[in-house]
Amino acid sequence: MSRFKEKFIRNLFLINGLVVIFILGGIFLLLILNALPTFKDVSWKEFLVGTSWNPSSDYHPAYGIVSMVVSTFMVTIGSLVIAVPVGIGTAAYLSDVAHPKVREIAKPVVEILAGIPSVVIGFLGIVMVGPFIAKMTGTYSGLNALNGSVLLAIMALPTIVSLSEDALANVPKSFQEASLALGASHWQTLLKVKLQAASSGIIAACMLGMGRAIGETMTVLMATGNAPAFPSGFLNSVRPMTSTIAIELGEVPYYTTHYHALFAIGLVLFLITFIVNLIADIALNRYEKKIR
Amino acid sequence: MKKISIVLGIFIMLVLSNVSYAANVLQVKGSDTLINMVQKLAEEYMKANPDKLVSVTGGGSGTGIAALINKKCDIANASRLMKGKEIELATSRQASPVRIVLALDSLSIIVNPGNGIESLTVDQVGKIYKGEIKNWKEVGGNDMPISLYGRQSNSGTYDFMIEDVMKGDYSPSMKQMNGNAQIVEGIKADPSAVGYVGVGYARNAQGIKVLKIANKAGATAYSPLDTANVKNGNYPITRPLNQYVEGSLTGAAKDFVAFELSAEGQRIVEEEGFFEISQEYQDFNKNAGM
Repeated sequence: MSRFKEKFIRNLFLINGLVVIFILGGIFLLLILNALPTFKDVSWKEFLVGTSWNPSSDYHPAYGIVSMVVSTFMVTIGSLVIAVPVGIGTAAYLSDVAHPKVREIAKPVVEILAGIPSVVIGFLGIVMVGPFIAKMTGTYSGLNALNGSVLLAIMALPTIVSLSEDALANVPKSFQEASLALGASHWQTLLKVKLQAASSGIIAACMLGMGRAIGETMTVLMATGNAPAFPSGFLNSVRPMTSTIAIELGEVPYYTTHYHALFAIGLVLFLITFIVNLIADIALNRYEKKIR
Repeated sequence: MKKISIVLGIFIMLVLSNVSYAANVLQVKGSDTLINMVQKLAEEYMKANPDKLVSVTGGGSGTGIAALINKKCDIANASRLMKGKEIELATSRQASPVRIVLALDSLSIIVNPGNGIESLTVDQVGKIYKGEIKNWKEVGGNDMPISLYGRQSNSGTYDFMIEDVMKGDYSPSMKQMNGNAQIVEGIKADPSAVGYVGVGYARNAQGIKVLKIANKAGATAYSPLDTANVKNGNYPITRPLNQYVEGSLTGAAKDFVAFELSAEGQRIVEEEGFFEISQEYQDFNKNAGM
């Protein structure tokens, strides 16, 4: 009986694992199958190099994704520029400076930040961050790439803080003790020893935060203004890839070139996030080996 | 295990009750321009007929028409006409939507109150949205770049502007907002902004300025809020607000549409800031089977 039970449970887990892999493979296949028909009507070159996107036009239909890829990278990199220094600083504070009681309260609070629905953050972008940016920069409208960057930074912070703090906390005690014994100050130890030892874990944390920012839809849809023009700066309205898919998939006639082109955008987005997560994974792996 | 089965049981009950609930409800979906007005109509209709249920949701004209074709709703609100492609698609799925006109809209061009401009011509509005006029000084205003606010491509108003006002594509610099209310909010905050909204939104909003529009250069410009000049056609950008009803007009859908077109319904239309339908459209509705 118990042997049967063990076998049953073993197979149950095996099936669970296989289902996940099967679903992932299925999604990828579906993306490819739906994306490929785009290129019957649109050349690869136009799709990958064109800067104008206007598939529903009766006058000049255009299928270039460069503007939205640049928009996506602008808001993502902008968010990392804000979130990485703040995130690593917070992580260092939590692991090395904060009183253990403070850490016990502050860390879960930061992690709760990850649970705020993106639509709420987008709303903050419209009513608070947008007008503030417009005032500070002397421009007329705050619905721009900078607004998106700030909001995505807020959304990426919990991931970066939490995982970086774990990485710092996992640096072997002996490293720290050796450094202090050699006469280094706490600050020198943190900067030269702990951050160095935890660096691949911190890089992985940042990459995962970036993965979250790239794929975010609702927030950028609400706060970046959604102008499909090629962006010329952070104070311009931009329309990232996710927004384009979200806006247009609702009303596109099924199985038309436009419909397939939206899947092709999805495929490009999938490949980008895949690469980012792969790099994060490699970094994390290296970090685990180093610790051992 | 017991807990799980209880949760599962409740879930199944909810799903089942939802299905039986949905069967009695008249589903109306579509245009953001019509939604407030039709919601008000539905409220009054349900007050007068407590046994009837009408649910009104938004999403845009394109979304509503797509839902009607996919048999996901009974009536689609549309601030534009069905496109050739949509009619083909509907025919291929054995759907035959009937069009009803329930109100008139004088599409309003709005700006920030700080903007010195009082009127524009239709041609200027088109050129502004096409990106051919980029600065307010080109139309007699201050030296200030124009920032465009418009709708997203699922909006009927978005298409109406392309077909009837601009006769060309939007400038890619236009900010694509999610609805009339968002455009109004954006324009309140942005002194360089211009936007377009249904007259019901322009009339009820604070902190914006509604422009007078002239048919051509040199002609008199009229305000979309001026009832007499909208009804006699002097205001140049007017359009019918439509509902598409699936199949023939019968049962619950016909009953609700009849209420919308009644004197009481048309009074609510005007209360919401739009205009009652003209004799021409009353005859049109009669021919459609009302």
